[in-house]
Amino acid sequence: MIDLLQEIGYGIRKNKLRTFLTAFSVGWGIFILIILLGAGSGLLNGIIYQFRDGAINSIWIRPQRTSLAYGGMQPGRQLRFTNEDYDYVKNNVKGVEHVTARFYLWGEFTIRYKQNYSAFDVRSCHPDHRYLEKTLITKGRFLNDKDQLEKRKVAVIGTKVEEILFKGVEPLDKYITINNIQYKVVGVFDDEGGEQEVRQLYIPISTAQMAYNGGNRIHHLMYTVGDASPKENDAILNEVKKNIAERHRFDPNDPRALSIWNNIEDFKRITGVFDAIGIFLWVVGLGTIVAGIVGVSNIMLISVKERTREIGIRKALGATPSSIVSLILLESIIITAGAGYLGLLSGIGLVELIQWGLAQAGEQPEFFRNPQVNISTALYALLILVFSGTLAGFFPARRAAQIVPIEALKEE
Amino acid sequence: MITLKQVQKSYFNTATPLQVLKGIDMHVAEGEFVSIMGSSGSGKSTLLNILGILDDYDSGSYELAGTLVKNLSQTTAARYRNRFLGFVFQSFNLLPFKTAQENVALPLYYQKVSRSKRNQIALEYLDKVGIRDWAHHLPAELSGGQKQRVAIARALISKPRVVLADEPTGALDSVTSQEVINLFRQINRDEKLTMLVVTHENEVAAQTDRIIRLKDGQILLNE
Repeated sequence: MIDLLQEIGYGIRKNKLRTFLTAFSVGWGIFILIILLGAGSGLLNGIIYQFRDGAINSIWIRPQRTSLAYGGMQPGRQLRFTNEDYDYVKNNVKGVEHVTARFYLWGEFTIRYKQNYSAFDVRSCHPDHRYLEKTLITKGRFLNDKDQLEKRKVAVIGTKVEEILFKGVEPLDKYITINNIQYKVVGVFDDEGGEQEVRQLYIPISTAQMAYNGGNRIHHLMYTVGDASPKENDAILNEVKKNIAERHRFDPNDPRALSIWNNIEDFKRITGVFDAIGIFLWVVGLGTIVAGIVGVSNIMLISVKERTREIGIRKALGATPSSIVSLILLESIIITAGAGYLGLLSGIGLVELIQWGLAQAGEQPEFFRNPQVNISTALYALLILVFSGTLAGFFPARRAAQIVPIEALKEE
Repeated sequence: MITLKQVQKSYFNTATPLQVLKGIDMHVAEGEFVSIMGSSGSGKSTLLNILGILDDYDSGSYELAGTLVKNLSQTTAARYRNRFLGFVFQSFNLLPFKTAQENVALPLYYQKVSRSKRNQIALEYLDKVGIRDWAHHLPAELSGGQKQRVAIARALISKPRVVLADEPTGALDSVTSQEVINLFRQINRDEKLTMLVVTHENEVAAQTDRIIRLKDGQILLNE
C-alpha cells in the first residue's frame, strides 16, 4: 500500500500545476456546495424565526355557517361556540397542552387614563392565551385563573399602550377606563409579533362576557398540542371536531362549518418549500462538483496519454491491468478527496465565520439566522467526494489498462 | 526453452491484410545465446513481440519453458512476462522519475516483494552489472552505456528464463556496444541464461552462438 502511494506520489509531483488546478476545481465545487447549504439553513432558520410570534404547534378554530343539511336542519345555520366547547377541550381532550378562547369586543375602544386617551384593540381571553401568542410579560403579571373565576376587572396592557397612556408613570395598580368601565392594570406585555400586537389590551374573557353582554358565547377557540407529531395533531383535531359537531349538531364532515387555522400545516407547508429549496441547492452544488469531476477526468486522461510509455514499460515488466487501474484510480481519488476535503473544511470555516460574525453584530437580519452545516451533510459531501473521485478516474484508468505495450514502446 | 511451430501473424488494420510472419519454425535450447537478424520489414520486431508475450499470434504454437503461450488473458500474460522474461530495449525505457535502484527493483514490485528487500536485491544486481555507485542517480544523470546496464540489471532481477533484447546496442557507440555485448556474454555464461538479441549489426551477431536470419516473414538461414 505504501508502495502504491509512493508510485502515485511520483505521478502527482511530476505535474504539480496541473494537479493543483484540477484539485482546485473539485475543492471549489465542494466549497460552493457547503456555502449553499449553509445559506439554505440560514434562510430556513430565518423563516422559523418568523414564526416565533405564535406557537408553531397551535390550532385556531372559529365557528362558521353549516353547508350541509344534518339532523333535519337546513344548511346555512350560523354556529356559535360557548364556554362548554372551551371546557370540553380544556378538560377532556388528551394531548392538548394549553387552551384558550377569545371573546371579541368589536371595534376599537377608547381607553383613558386620567386626561390621556386613545383607541386600542381589546382582546378577552383565558390565562393560557399568553402561550399561544407567546406574550412576554415585562411588568407585573398576565391574567390568572383567579381573575377569570372572579370576573375581575383587570387588564394587561401592551408596551405601546403604556407608552401612550402613562407617558412614563408607573402603570401597575393604576385604573384605566375602557368605554367607561374601570379596570385595574396588573401587567404590561411585549410581543415579538410587531407593533400592532402591543397596541392591545387583554382582559379576562369572563369579565368581557359579563360586561359586554356576551353571555357564555366565545368567538374563537385555540389550543396547542405540545410536541405532538403531525399525525397525533391530526388525531387530536379530529376528536375536537367530532365533539363540537355532536354538541352543535352538524355534519362532522361539513367542510365549511368550522374555520380551522392549522399553524402546524402552515409551518409544514413553508418548511416544505424549504425542503424544495434545499434540494435545489444540492442540485446546484452537485452540478458544480460534476464540473470538477469532468475536469479531473480530463486531466487524468491527458495524464494517461502522457504516461503511455511509462505504462507500457510497467506492463512489459509484469504490471497486470488491475495494478494499472488501481494506480490511476487511486491517484484520482486522492486528488479529489484531498482537494474536496480542503474545500469542505474551508466551506464549513466560512459558514462558521459568518455565524460568528452575525452573533457578534448582535442585531441579526430576520430572514437569515444561524447558518450552519451539520455533520450528516459533511459526511454526505465526503461520500460524494470518494464516489466522484472513483468516477473521475474510471475512464482514464480503463484507457490506461487497455494500453498495448508494443504500441507504447514503439521507437519515437 | 523456446519452441515455435508454424507461427503465423497478420495485421488487419490496413486495407489489405498484411501477413508479417508466414510460418516460423524455430527452437532455442536452454542457455543458448541467439541473435535474430533481418532488414526492416522482415518481421523481426513482430517475432520478438510474440516471443515477449507482448503480442498475440494467429496460428501455430509457441512454447516457452514447457508452457504453451496462446490466447492468454492480459493478467496471465503480465504474470508470465514478469516470471519468465526479461526485456532490454534499444531506448532503455527506464522510468525517468525513478533512480537506477528503483528502476531495477520495479519488476519485484509487481511480484509483491517488500520494499527494503527488493531495494537490497536491486543493489546486488547493480553491482553485478558494475554500476553500484550510481544506484541513487536518475536516468538523466547516466550515460547511455550506464542506462543500458541499469536496464540489463532490471531484466535480470526477476530471475527470468529468457532475456529478450531489442537492438540493445542501437543507441550506443562501438566501444560501449562491445561492453554491453561482453556483459551479455558473461551473464549467458555465468547464469546459463537463454538470450535472444535482435540486431542489425553483424559484429554483434557474430559474437552469438547462432544467427537466425529473417526475410519477408520467413526464416532464411539458421546457422
